[in-house]
Amino acid sequence: MKILALDSSGIVASVAIVEDNTLLAEYTVNYKKTHSQTLLPMLDEVAKMTELDLSTIDAIAVAAGPGSFTGLRIGSATAKGLALALKKPLVAVPTVEALAYNLYDTNGLICPIMDARRNQVYTGIYRFENHKLVTLEDQMAVSITDLLDKLNERGEPVTFLGDGVPVFEKTIGENLKVPHTFAPAHVNKQRAAAVAALGEIYYREGKLQSAAEHTPEYLRVSQAERERAEKQKAENGKAGMQS
Amino acid sequence: MKDTLILAIESSCDETAASVVKNGRTILSNVISSQIELHKLYGGVVPEIASRKHIEKINQVIEQALDDANVTLDDLDAIGVTYGPGLVGALLVGVAEAKAIAYAKKLPLVGVHHIEGHVSANYIEHPDLEPPFLCLIVSGGHTHLVIVKDYGEFEILGRTRDDAAGEAFDKVARAIGLGYPGGPKIDRLSKEGNPEAIVFPKGKVGDCPYDFSFSGVKSAVLNYLNNAQMKGEEVNRADLAASFQKAVVDVLVEHTMQAAQDYHMNKIAIAGGVASNGSLREAMTKACAARDYKFYRPSPIFCTDNAAMIGVAAYYEYIKGTRHGWDLNAVPNLKLGER
Repeated sequence: MKILALDSSGIVASVAIVEDNTLLAEYTVNYKKTHSQTLLPMLDEVAKMTELDLSTIDAIAVAAGPGSFTGLRIGSATAKGLALALKKPLVAVPTVEALAYNLYDTNGLICPIMDARRNQVYTGIYRFENHKLVTLEDQMAVSITDLLDKLNERGEPVTFLGDGVPVFEKTIGENLKVPHTFAPAHVNKQRAAAVAALGEIYYREGKLQSAAEHTPEYLRVSQAERERAEKQKAENGKAGMQS
Repeated sequence: MKDTLILAIESSCDETAASVVKNGRTILSNVISSQIELHKLYGGVVPEIASRKHIEKINQVIEQALDDANVTLDDLDAIGVTYGPGLVGALLVGVAEAKAIAYAKKLPLVGVHHIEGHVSANYIEHPDLEPPFLCLIVSGGHTHLVIVKDYGEFEILGRTRDDAAGEAFDKVARAIGLGYPGGPKIDRLSKEGNPEAIVFPKGKVGDCPYDFSFSGVKSAVLNYLNNAQMKGEEVNRADLAASFQKAVVDVLVEHTMQAAQDYHMNKIAIAGGVASNGSLREAMTKACAARDYKFYRPSPIFCTDNAAMIGVAAYYEYIKGTRHGWDLNAVPNLKLGER
């Protein structure tokens, strides 16, 4: 089985091809250039290097959110276009889960944190049991304090990774009461190889999407929708007080 | 000669659109998924919501366009896509999708300027129209008076110094309580009003005879409303709409006719969303007839954002040799004539 995987959910852009438990190629760049300019040239490069015939791919796996809204859409639109043209299914791999999968068989809890701005993180809590990734807290957008409360409650050692680490390292150090460590450079950011490997498991479990139905999981409504809902709530509150 | 088939994709604002165009002039399909009802809740287009809707709809729209045209991706010669100007997040969906399809099918990729698309809408229903001609481009984001020297080659004579014409329509519509989108609503209400009832200033710019300014007339309308409100007077909204529309249309027509005379142009076209305005079409028809100019305008369905016009523009870029790489990016403020 051959899986082509894309991840442009964060500051990293990454493309990988995995065939039958072997990583054929991976191209990961963590640089300021926009994913719109880098993602497809990276795929082209990887395809050339491995003499990839796109028609031999079984599925396209994509880091399907959460993450940067624009980054997610660049990845999703690229995956949707490829899948439409190649008539292949899509596998939507949750971004936070794919990050956790970087730390295969790690002892203790695995906690990816992505900087979600507004003092929040996109995160989840995972653990490997019998070599399988188990989700203890599904991916979510929460404040860093809420996350640390959850981890303190669980009382187990934690390994952190993700682009939220440099942003919240100090907060974690000051507030987390359980032993913790931070993953090293080669596995602490998004990697398409992890998306592909997890995508292969999803594929075997039949968790497929058509290219047409696929859309990213943002875990957040847009700012305009949020503000509208807040305004309506405030108005309803006022109306309630008057009556 | 073999036919040239282009699949075009457009997602620069709030319409997700795809079209298959044959030989640059024949529209085999024209699919538009409009989000307008969604944005009405917010009184205007919300970029993040527009981008989210694009990614939800884009594959269905493309597949529908191929089905309607009775072609498959294997029949195509190139993929055309709008890459600017527009909302960056919205543009990126179409650009990423178009690149991926072109890459997977090993097809040439042709990035298209959205406004070049609007101008090219005129070629769809007018087989006789060829450059050079004078074109007035009026939409929610653009107001340009240009000479189309050749396919894809423009000399810009005038542009707006502030608000686009369509923007002024939207703002005035909001002020008189008509809601979004303002253009069609003002057009409709104006039919019941007297365009001579109120005299609003015309948007002239002193040093350049072809430039426009619409913030003055917009402010005049707002002041008029404020004054009436302070005095407790009832405002005749139909008269107000008709008078405002006349002020805008008059200056659009006057500048276009002046440019036609100065540059010896006898073929005049209009393009863009505001080109479907009934009053503008009527005034242009009259002014051109009086001077014996030939007047061209697209049907309203080709004035609104659509991919058919992008396919037409892409065809002329394609035969000229324009090709874009896999690093094509969305360019939200792309200048007309740049590639």
